[in-house]
Amino acid sequence: MFSGILEVFKFRVLIQTLVLRELKSRYRGSVLGFLWSFLNPLFLMGVYTLVFSVYLKNPMEGYPAFLFCGLLPWLWFSTSIIHGAASIRGGGHLIKKVVFPAEILPVVAVLSNMINFLLSLPILLIFLLSYKITITMNVLFFPFLLIIQFILTSGLAFFLSAMNVHLKDVEQIINNLLMLLFFLTPILYPVTFIPEKYRGFFLILNPLFPLMTSYQDILFNGRLPDIKGLGYLLIISVLIFLIGYNVFNRFRDTFAEEV
Amino acid sequence: MVAIDIDRVSKSFRKYTNREIATIKDLFVMGIFRKDTFETETFWALRDVSFNIENGKMIGIIGSNGSGKSTLLKLLAGIMGPTSGSIRVKGRVSALIELGAGFHPELSGRENIFINGIILGLSKKEIKDRFDGIVKFAGLEDFIDSPVKTYSSGMYMRLGFAIAINVDPDILLIDEILAVGDEEFQHKCLNKINDFKRKGKTLVFVSHDLGSIERLCDEVVWIEDGVLKARGLPRMVIDSYTGYVASFEEERAFENHQSALEGAKRESPNRWGTREIEITNVRLTDGDKKEKYLFEYGEPIEIILSYKTKRKIEDPVFGIGIFRDDGVCVFGTNTAIDGFSISAVEGEGNVIFSIDRSNLVEGSYLLDVAIHKRDGQPYDYQSRLYSFVMRSKIKDVGIYRPDHDWLITSKEG
Repeated sequence: MFSGILEVFKFRVLIQTLVLRELKSRYRGSVLGFLWSFLNPLFLMGVYTLVFSVYLKNPMEGYPAFLFCGLLPWLWFSTSIIHGAASIRGGGHLIKKVVFPAEILPVVAVLSNMINFLLSLPILLIFLLSYKITITMNVLFFPFLLIIQFILTSGLAFFLSAMNVHLKDVEQIINNLLMLLFFLTPILYPVTFIPEKYRGFFLILNPLFPLMTSYQDILFNGRLPDIKGLGYLLIISVLIFLIGYNVFNRFRDTFAEEV
Repeated sequence: MVAIDIDRVSKSFRKYTNREIATIKDLFVMGIFRKDTFETETFWALRDVSFNIENGKMIGIIGSNGSGKSTLLKLLAGIMGPTSGSIRVKGRVSALIELGAGFHPELSGRENIFINGIILGLSKKEIKDRFDGIVKFAGLEDFIDSPVKTYSSGMYMRLGFAIAINVDPDILLIDEILAVGDEEFQHKCLNKINDFKRKGKTLVFVSHDLGSIERLCDEVVWIEDGVLKARGLPRMVIDSYTGYVASFEEERAFENHQSALEGAKRESPNRWGTREIEITNVRLTDGDKKEKYLFEYGEPIEIILSYKTKRKIEDPVFGIGIFRDDGVCVFGTNTAIDGFSISAVEGEGNVIFSIDRSNLVEGSYLLDVAIHKRDGQPYDYQSRLYSFVMRSKIKDVGIYRPDHDWLITSKEG
């Protein structure tokens, strides 16, 4: 198990190269190029602000800044899941034709989207500052959240990519589930919108719940995140990672034949 | 010393059947975490194959399509694992199975050399050191900073080959890729392969090009239906392989003929005439009256037409025509042209057209057979329904091979 994880580390140059390839090729050839990693979330933010702040008259102060705190990590999560799930199937030319450590592909999907996320942080900062939100020491929790999200997302990507090799429906199912998850997680609305009696229930059911509220707490609300919730999240994430990697390993031999 | 040791290796694949997991419910009922949920009928690509390859030898692997050659190569490369048995490989392996695996079309040749090199297991420094050599070998000096998507397929393959061969392995596995590029590039590849041999490296070469196999390899392994059929000196193994292929072809030619006979019985646009006299059967035999549809160059051929009449037919003319498979008429004649006059036939009988020496070059030929009146009105005309195959060790071209000689003189003084 852990030797497997060490193996991933051994291939860091390969991972680095493939992540770079992913990032370079994503916007190569488009006129605005790299600016798209800012423009895409800005556009989404514009739409949601219009609907929730203007049409639905949500009175929240600095709603666009709040929205960004959850939306950017969500985009990292959802694109990683979509790319990750398709990664083994899409990497057929590598898995079938050269000796290639398959576990790298989902990791590359998660990592390249993480870097995209990190690169979009400057606009988050600009929005926070323009809404006069003070940055507190609680920001120091950020790397910790990053690591947890990486573990959680990779675990899911391992599991889904292996499943997707045998059952192509997985890609479709994911799209629908992500939509559901997006609206069930406090991203568009603050956690206070959820009736108190349901909160605990959703928190247990949906690991993204404590994750997103923690991002909002440390960045927007300037307060300590819910430590108990985070502890729970960490345990769940590690568990999902272990299960995901195990399932992946179990199906590994079939990849070269099936994709 | 043994470089590759293959010990009782078998490999099975799941046969692709119509997915029996129809719904997600089925999937959960069967157990999503159980591997055998996804297994169905198996197909054995390799069965109990054992042999070893000595250091510094070049081994050719031959066999019909789907015989398991490429599977074996993938097992040697470590892309897949054997279902049972073991493979031990000593040294760094590079497999030329697919060229340019992992090339990204939007990125430049330069970027792709680095990516592909890393994928193939080189370090950044190694790639840097070999970079110029790779570019030069591929002949892409002027295009190395253009995106790979603008490359021609030849350029793409050349770049892929140049990177792969520069990995500098101890064991090189090559799958049918010497057909890449123009004459000059092929020479470069062959030089590189000879270089490898001189350096005492081990090569495994899968190809259908028996000529190259015989020229290049020290030994040949023949795999058929996943089973090791023969192993030994190139000439010997290749001969038994071609013999096998021939017998197979002969069988197929025979089957073709049977289905052609069946076809002639049904209404077909290739058959017309009044049928007052009918051709009921067509058979080809060699000189020894053995029915066959694949002939060696020079062998005698007899075409036997069986006829059956409904009434007495006066003055019938029997004809045959031989066509190359592209429609060119090789030869056509009939009993009238050859000056036979048949006063009348009635009932059943045979007409035999015999050729003493079939001086036809290698290829497939089609047959016309006909019975008609002297004025050409057809009783039964069957056009291009039957075929036969000529095979020859002599690889000359054209249609007809006249008996010939060469005489070369030089003027004295």
